[in-house]
Amino acid sequence: MSSLQSNVLENHTPTGREEAWRFTPLKRLGGMHDGSATAVERNSLAVKGTLPTGVTFSHQEIEAVTQTDDVIVNRVRQFTTKGAVLSIAPNAEIAEPIMLNRSSFGTDSAEFSRVLIKAGSHSKSVVVIENTGDTHLAEDLEIVVEPGAHLTLIALQEWGSKTIHAARHHAIVDRDATFKSIVVTVGGDVVRLLPTVDFIAPGASCDLSGVYFATAGQFFEHRMFVDHKVPNAKSRVNYKGALAGDKAHTVWIGDVFIRAAAEGTDTYELNRNLLLSDGARADSVPNLEIETGEIVGAGHASTTGRFDDEQLFYLMSRGINMDDARRLVVRGFFNEIVSEIGIEEIQERIMARIDGELAKAGK
Amino acid sequence: MSTLEIRGLKVSVETEQGAVEILKGVDLTIKSGETHAIMGPNGSGKSTLAYSIAGHPKYTITEGTVTLDGEDVLEMSVDERAKAGLFLAMQYPVEVPGVSVSNFLRTAATALRGEAPKLREWVGEVKSAMESLKMDPSFAQRNVNEGFSGGEKKRHEIMQLELLKPKFAILDETDSGLDVDALRIVSEGVVRAKEANNHGILLITHYTRILKYIKPDFVHVFANGRIVEEGGPELADKLEAQGYAEYVTA
Ligand SMILES: Nc1ncnc2c1ncn2[C@@H]1O[C@H](COP(=O)(O)OP(=O)(O)O)[C@@H](O)[C@H]1O
Ligand SMILES: [Mg+2]
Repeated sequence: MSSLQSNVLENHTPTGREEAWRFTPLKRLGGMHDGSATAVERNSLAVKGTLPTGVTFSHQEIEAVTQTDDVIVNRVRQFTTKGAVLSIAPNAEIAEPIMLNRSSFGTDSAEFSRVLIKAGSHSKSVVVIENTGDTHLAEDLEIVVEPGAHLTLIALQEWGSKTIHAARHHAIVDRDATFKSIVVTVGGDVVRLLPTVDFIAPGASCDLSGVYFATAGQFFEHRMFVDHKVPNAKSRVNYKGALAGDKAHTVWIGDVFIRAAAEGTDTYELNRNLLLSDGARADSVPNLEIETGEIVGAGHASTTGRFDDEQLFYLMSRGINMDDARRLVVRGFFNEIVSEIGIEEIQERIMARIDGELAKAGK
Repeated sequence: MSTLEIRGLKVSVETEQGAVEILKGVDLTIKSGETHAIMGPNGSGKSTLAYSIAGHPKYTITEGTVTLDGEDVLEMSVDERAKAGLFLAMQYPVEVPGVSVSNFLRTAATALRGEAPKLREWVGEVKSAMESLKMDPSFAQRNVNEGFSGGEKKRHEIMQLELLKPKFAILDETDSGLDVDALRIVSEGVVRAKEANNHGILLITHYTRILKYIKPDFVHVFANGRIVEEGGPELADKLEAQGYAEYVTA
């Protein structure tokens, strides 16, 4: 596994020298990583509205479905054996999105939370988690997508400015199952998300998309790991970010591993960043490791650019003022992914938040 | 009646070797309802003139004036120039990813008219502009210029001319890259817009073929950053027969 080996987290307090932690401002994690945080069980995840038939949600004993070397996740597991379990019955086709949100918050202690989402075989569903408010949250979120199931998970980080959120979203995707993840991170002080995928049978696929917008002082890290260890699985990663303001910092890491057994793999990952002012920093590291040549395709691209003067000129030459032109270009940049959410009300809310972040950034 | 007046315009661009002067003193006056053709060889500075009037940041005005009804155009920001009544149909229209044609047009119309057009009337306006330019209705949902063919880009530019109703339209090689049918459709769009709004036209072209549809009142031959000869429509016939050779001295 050569260089990826060093990406795997060791189960001890990170120093910041580890590959997995080298970008993260450890001092701003509220002690979630080193045991100094006051861990509490807050059960903040709740159903918003009513659950459709075929779906259950409860707080109960929980068993981890995968091992991990992530130190925060391991501390969460040490702390509690209980968690929230959302189950979608086999063969259920849930037309309406399943809405979850947060019901309790706190910044003088840290919620250590476990969640399991189980999409039963051949079920079809969309799960939305609305993360709002100011809180400290360490989250171990596991997702099981059973054979033939289609699950879309939309995780919205619309946090307030004091939030510290460290989470691993780990999906296990079975035969002919599809996992689609849309991550939106537009709020919080420090957000570190690890969307990771294990393919466990041929025909599985995942589509990991995300948008983030960091303004002055915010740190947002999105670190994917897609493990192709079976033949004929397909993965797509597409993250887009914007940054504006002094010390806005984003990190995108795309680790994709194609093991020797993973013949017929098809993978492509993409990260684009729009740097809207000086003093902001976007780190973007695609990392593809390939142990077999018998694949359909494997590629990656990463770009970081500024406003395109030609686009702004074109819009302004039609009478659109500078602020509106910038807003159009930024909305256009994010539209490709935001429009994938497919829920008009949420899309408009996210776009409005993005307008707000852009306005905060000033000229 | 409006007047666009260009006096002694000198323009340079920044290059790695320093500033290079492209326009070397251009004088031109256009009034409402007039059509002026600017014809000249490639690289003579025609697009530079168009972009400079529209306010593209790449070009530095070193001397001269541009006024619209006495107002100093060069002092205006790009959007203010559009609001003052200038419109540039670009030689190479720009792609704006993720922004739909319909959103773009409505935003532009709102900016130029000072208020959002009434939805029902607006839908009708857009529909008829698209129909007359033989554009498929699905066009409105596509992203601005993204994946458009050369001809689609030019139709889209002229559709904007029809909808945005400027006082002066600068058409930069609107004819280039069009086949005969598209050339006719686009030219008819220009003529229709002019009949409706009586705007002045600065028609930049390399070839004479578009002049069969859009009849110029004045023809200016452009070479090496300035106007080198002026005349009526007969000058275009001379260029058609002789080309630019006599104006391009090595
Ligand atoms: N950024 C630039 N750097 C150097 N030369 C330029 C630049 N932009 C334009 N030019 C030069 O200016 C001249 C005029 O260009 P342009 O106005 O596009 O001509 P036309 O439209 O008549 O073909 C050309 O010789 C071109 O090479
Ligand atoms: Mg040109």
